[in-house]
Amino acid sequence: MRWLFLKDLQILRRSPFLVVLLVAYPVIIAVLIGLALSRGPDKPKVAFVNEVPPGDSSLQIGSQKIDASRYASELFKAVDPIRVATRAEAIAKVRSGEALGALVVPADITRKLQDAINLSGAQDPPTLEVIYNIEDPIKAQIVESTIKARLADANTALSRQLTRLAGRYLDILLRGGSFSLLGQRFDVLGLQRSKATLDVIARRLPPGSPDARAILSVSQFAGLAIDNLDLSDQVLASVNQPLRVRRTVLQGRRTPLDRFAVAVSVTISLMFVTVLLAAGMLALEREEHAFSRLVRGLVGRLALLGEKLVLSAVCAFAVTLVMLCGIGLFVNLDWGRFGFWVAALAAGAVAFGAMGVAMGALAREVRAASLLAILVALPIAFLALVPAGAVTSSLYDVIRFVSALFPFRAALDAIGGALNAGGPGLGAALAHLAVLTAAYLALARAALRRFA
Amino acid sequence: MTVETVSDAPALRAGGVTKRFGRREALRGVSFEAAAGEVVAVIGPNGAGKTTLLSILAGIRTPTEGTVSRPPREIGWVPQQPAVYGKLSVAENLRLFARLERVADPDAAVARMLAQTGLADRADDELGVLSGGNRQRVNIAVGLLADPPVLLLDEPSSSLDPRQRERLWEFIGALAAGGTSIVFSTHNVGEAERYADRVLVLADGEVLFTGTPRALEEVVGGDHRDFEAAFVRFLHERGH
Ligand SMILES: Nc1ncnc2c1ncn2[C@@H]1O[C@H](COP(=O)(O)OP(=O)(O)OP(=O)(O)O)[C@@H](O)[C@H]1O
Ligand SMILES: [Mg+2]
Repeated sequence: MRWLFLKDLQILRRSPFLVVLLVAYPVIIAVLIGLALSRGPDKPKVAFVNEVPPGDSSLQIGSQKIDASRYASELFKAVDPIRVATRAEAIAKVRSGEALGALVVPADITRKLQDAINLSGAQDPPTLEVIYNIEDPIKAQIVESTIKARLADANTALSRQLTRLAGRYLDILLRGGSFSLLGQRFDVLGLQRSKATLDVIARRLPPGSPDARAILSVSQFAGLAIDNLDLSDQVLASVNQPLRVRRTVLQGRRTPLDRFAVAVSVTISLMFVTVLLAAGMLALEREEHAFSRLVRGLVGRLALLGEKLVLSAVCAFAVTLVMLCGIGLFVNLDWGRFGFWVAALAAGAVAFGAMGVAMGALAREVRAASLLAILVALPIAFLALVPAGAVTSSLYDVIRFVSALFPFRAALDAIGGALNAGGPGLGAALAHLAVLTAAYLALARAALRRFA
Repeated sequence: MTVETVSDAPALRAGGVTKRFGRREALRGVSFEAAAGEVVAVIGPNGAGKTTLLSILAGIRTPTEGTVSRPPREIGWVPQQPAVYGKLSVAENLRLFARLERVADPDAAVARMLAQTGLADRADDELGVLSGGNRQRVNIAVGLLADPPVLLLDEPSSSLDPRQRERLWEFIGALAAGGTSIVFSTHNVGEAERYADRVLVLADGEVLFTGTPRALEEVVGGDHRDFEAAFVRFLHERGH
């Protein structure tokens, strides 16, 4: 086996074009897909529950009534809302994958907003609830970023309105002026002029008299109010985020998107290099007719499969580890988990190698083997990346089942788990890969017997 | 040729070998023996089952029924299509297979085969750039590396020029003289007549005849100077 291994390395060394192609192609594809994943679709489907009772959605700001539901529409600019009646219904939609996420507007939102506006003390801030299906970090990221951006818009619009209104009332209070309420005009003296008037009156009164003292204390209070109301612009500016968001994560742990894109890129490269190399090098033995010479006592069939598996896995492992370290220079990766990277890449490489030799065993020539490898590898990669919200839930179940039969999804989970402490479970993914490795090796062995 | 060296126990024996590919029977109960130092030619029309028989003897295919007396490791094998690596040089190919065969001194075996095939001056050329005939010479050399007691060759001379063919038969004659049993298939029945001690006529997976080339001519009668004509007439008489 050692001599065969060295022979294959020698053949690869003498085929520089093939090697460059084999390494460059998957890396380029992987980077492109990684980039594409960082964007995501335009308008994700989001379930929307409005628990606010009808007719209870307006806020009283001073003499003005504003309709809070108007601000909710800000949130819908960038999503495709599915309106549902209850929070439970929304959760069901997210779980089934019909919606990428859900937005719940609680019944008490108007009251809390009103409290916030009335500055009635240490109340909870008015809070919206966002529910994610975290199983796939891409869509979670889409929902999160979309809602965050829209929420910021809603907050800005709402707080601009609040600030403007409050500012106007405060200004009238401070400097005087007129405003209308319920169809009547009121003229307001204003604190500054009130204080001036009081001071004039106080000076006319005999100093030390009880009246003068009373007037002076009122004037001092007005002074204090004037000074402090001058600060009101700053106070109002700090109330620029009246709405808060609470996140509810439905299942799984999360992988931040950039790391997820890294995991996808690396997994795709790993898959292509390993599968193409294993399938091609095994098929080459048959194309050169050396296979029949080898299996008659020189090398066992299983040993031959093992040799191709190790060859392809070692090469792909080296390529993707270098790739990952290279990415680590630009993307913030947790180098402390390097040992896990190695384990995930190695297990993934071995599983892909097993799949590769199975294809090499099924095809007789290098070209047929490469074609088969690409024909199978590409769709399973894309299947495994279909976000839950993109298809109906029953189709999604089928996709999940099919993905589980190939090493891509498991390798992606393993690499995702290796990159992130909070990522998908590494142990389960490694076990899945081990099972797939054994299954594909058995398939390869059967195919070699059948088609030898 | 060297019938004197034949010992009692045959060097190779096949008993009742049958091979079915699905419903097609490629071989039907083929039995034959080859003594040490004997040269046996397997002849027959296209699709008769010659390659199938040789590859079963070589241990590449398993027979559906029947037995082969020797394990594959003790049998040298020269397949119809060169089974060597195009990206490796002549010497590298020989060295690789010498090592896989666990030959005691691989380098000495390589040197010996390079000398025997007359390819010493092309030792460092990649096989892919060699002519078909030269590739076939390396193919044959690989089959001989382990110095096996039995050598099987499937149409070994088909891509060789007349001079190389001559060299091949000289070489095989020398091996047989040294006690190696040789079984080869060929469509060149003149070669079978000239170099084989015995011919085995296969048609439709059945052995129609086994005996010396002379005996075959006698079966059909007629012109004894034209073995090929006798062979064709023999097949014709048997309905092939
Ligand atoms: N792998 C296979 N699957 C199915 N049929 C096969 C297979 N290999 C050989 N055969 C069939 O077995 C029969 C014998 O084939 P074989 O190659 O042994 O003939 P042959 O005598 O060597 O012919 P040729 O002189 O053309 O080389 C043929 O009918 C062939 O089609
Ligand atoms: Mg043949």
